[in-house]
Amino acid sequence: MSGLPFNPIGAILTVPLVASAMLAILPGYRATARLNVAATFITLLAALGLLVSRPEGGRLLVIDDLNIVFIVLNTFVGFTTSVFSASYIAHELDTGHLTPLYVRFYHAMYQVLMFAMNLALMANNIGLMWVAVEMATLTTVLMVGIYRTHEALEAAWKYFILGSVGIALALFGTILVYVAAQPVIGEGLDAMAWTNLIAHVSAFDPSLLNLAFVFLLLGYGTKVGLAPVHAWLPDAHAEGPTPISAVLSGLLLNVALYAVLRFKMLMAANEHALAPGPLMVTMGLSSLIFAALMLYRRRDIKRLFAYSSIEHMGIIVFAFGVGGPLANFAGLLHMTMHSLTKSAIFFAVGHIAQIKGTQKLADIRGLTASHPVLGWGFLVGVVAISGLPPLGIFMSEFLVVTSTFAREPLLAVPLVAGLLLAFGALLLRLNGIAFGAPHGGNAPAQASYVPMVAHLALVLTAGVYLPGPLVAWFQNVAAALG
Amino acid sequence: MSQLVFDIAHLLAGGMVLVSFMLLYQARMYGLLKVFALHAFVLALSVAWEAWTQDAPHLYITAGIALIVKAGIIPLALHRIVRRLNIHRTVETVVGIGPTMLLGMALVALSMVLMLRVTGDADPLAREDLAFALSIVLLGLLMMVTRRNAVSQVIGFMSLENGLILAATGAKGMPLVVEISVAFSVLVAFIVIGIFLFRIRERFDTVELDVLERFRGDRA
Repeated sequence: MSGLPFNPIGAILTVPLVASAMLAILPGYRATARLNVAATFITLLAALGLLVSRPEGGRLLVIDDLNIVFIVLNTFVGFTTSVFSASYIAHELDTGHLTPLYVRFYHAMYQVLMFAMNLALMANNIGLMWVAVEMATLTTVLMVGIYRTHEALEAAWKYFILGSVGIALALFGTILVYVAAQPVIGEGLDAMAWTNLIAHVSAFDPSLLNLAFVFLLLGYGTKVGLAPVHAWLPDAHAEGPTPISAVLSGLLLNVALYAVLRFKMLMAANEHALAPGPLMVTMGLSSLIFAALMLYRRRDIKRLFAYSSIEHMGIIVFAFGVGGPLANFAGLLHMTMHSLTKSAIFFAVGHIAQIKGTQKLADIRGLTASHPVLGWGFLVGVVAISGLPPLGIFMSEFLVVTSTFAREPLLAVPLVAGLLLAFGALLLRLNGIAFGAPHGGNAPAQASYVPMVAHLALVLTAGVYLPGPLVAWFQNVAAALG
Repeated sequence: MSQLVFDIAHLLAGGMVLVSFMLLYQARMYGLLKVFALHAFVLALSVAWEAWTQDAPHLYITAGIALIVKAGIIPLALHRIVRRLNIHRTVETVVGIGPTMLLGMALVALSMVLMLRVTGDADPLAREDLAFALSIVLLGLLMMVTRRNAVSQVIGFMSLENGLILAATGAKGMPLVVEISVAFSVLVAFIVIGIFLFRIRERFDTVELDVLERFRGDRA
């Protein structure tokens, strides 16, 4: 606890909670949007404080190399999205899509979501982690349905039912882990603490662990958006407010992925248990190829990028499934790059949808001519997400492919095929959206491009040059992931 | 003594599986709600029994929540919604009752084989409770898959959730059980509200709100 005048853990959890209460009470959107930005900024500072001094977690919370990566990424994208959300929501208010009351609700829920995600990432207790993920699910369900249109409610309902089933399966898996741990560690809270579990896992009953992992992978995998349990994801992305699509794709999927990784580490630490790798590889590959094929027939711009998120989560889960220091490193890097790029794309898409007044791909044409900053920013984002050099995703995808070649050469074939399929689909769409004669609505953009540009600049920098300390950190985590 | 403790625990858990089957063949909405209340009631008994045998007073809270919220408030609320929205009294099924029951039996057999084989070394009570709980979870899933109506899907989900609570209480000394059951009840309450809004909206879209919106449009 050296050097910092406050406890970063406490700040990361209390700031969103206090802000949420204040945002629920205060009227007027200008001030509250600023308060929302300020709160996420303070949370980000506190998360950066974790890099300087690492406080002791205790029985309920834990801080280690792995979750610091997730927490910093989470709070950073949370902050930039709140900046984007401020201008986005202003437009929604002007056009009457949202009433001031709903905006208040939206801001309060945004902070509750940040709280729940940070709690899930810091939880040292697998039960607490489950409760936090459930809370994050509920808040996003409410936000997806916020427009109250028929489609939005239907999307929220679908997300709700599928998410709840997923989360129920994850709870069953969590209970099974406890049943496996209880004879070794003893009854009570200690047998659910992550630090105890990982220390004693080699003595657990392997068959119970196997069963638990299947439930956990299916359960949390639903939240990651892995095929075949991904059905909620495109609807939820398409019908909710765009800042929420950015947070869903950029952050919530990561939180669920984090839960999967934690349990994967448990499995890997028990010699007799099933190897978790092949299961994850299969789910990852099938998500990648399925989503890549689905990309071709999309008519809605947000759905298009929702499927692209499924594709990338597939790649990430695949990389972690292959395992080993290099593939894990590639997976971590890809996850970071995907979060930054995908949220940047959704920032752009949000503005595009507001300018054009539609999400239909057919009505969006020639953006680089009519709105140069937005059009070119969007172009860079899509080029990045489809994995072209010199941007960050190229590097991480390259690493995933090479590490697969090194460990399982045969698997590299479907992987590369999936990547190329997705690449083709995205470039095909990009051409129509970015170039050609401008078409469709042409309202001036009253948007802040700062978050989008900042994300893309980071992705570009990472593609060209990764700072040494970051590489060392990721290598460290990758080695621990096994 | 301990044999009797086992037998009663089994009786109650097995009773829940049986009631899950009863849920599968209900053809009427009100019947479905009544059987669900019975499901929750048996859950409450089972949890209370575990609380007594494990000497874990906090489980009485879980049992109380099951009794009051799940066996009381939620069925009543759903009853009101069904009546007010005048949803057809018959439950629409995707698969016929006969095949559904056969599938259900296969699922129960599957979970017995799976759990009893996998959990060989675990505490016998927890082990058999888990096998029953998994059957209830799978039957709940089956019900969600084979029903079209939102209300019966929710009932399927809630019976699934009852199975999870049974599993959590059967695992001896599992902490956070109370918290988890509270969290789940919140979830269920949200679902109930969700249906309400969903159905209301659906109705308004076709009838009343349509008129309302046009009226407002004229004035603007």
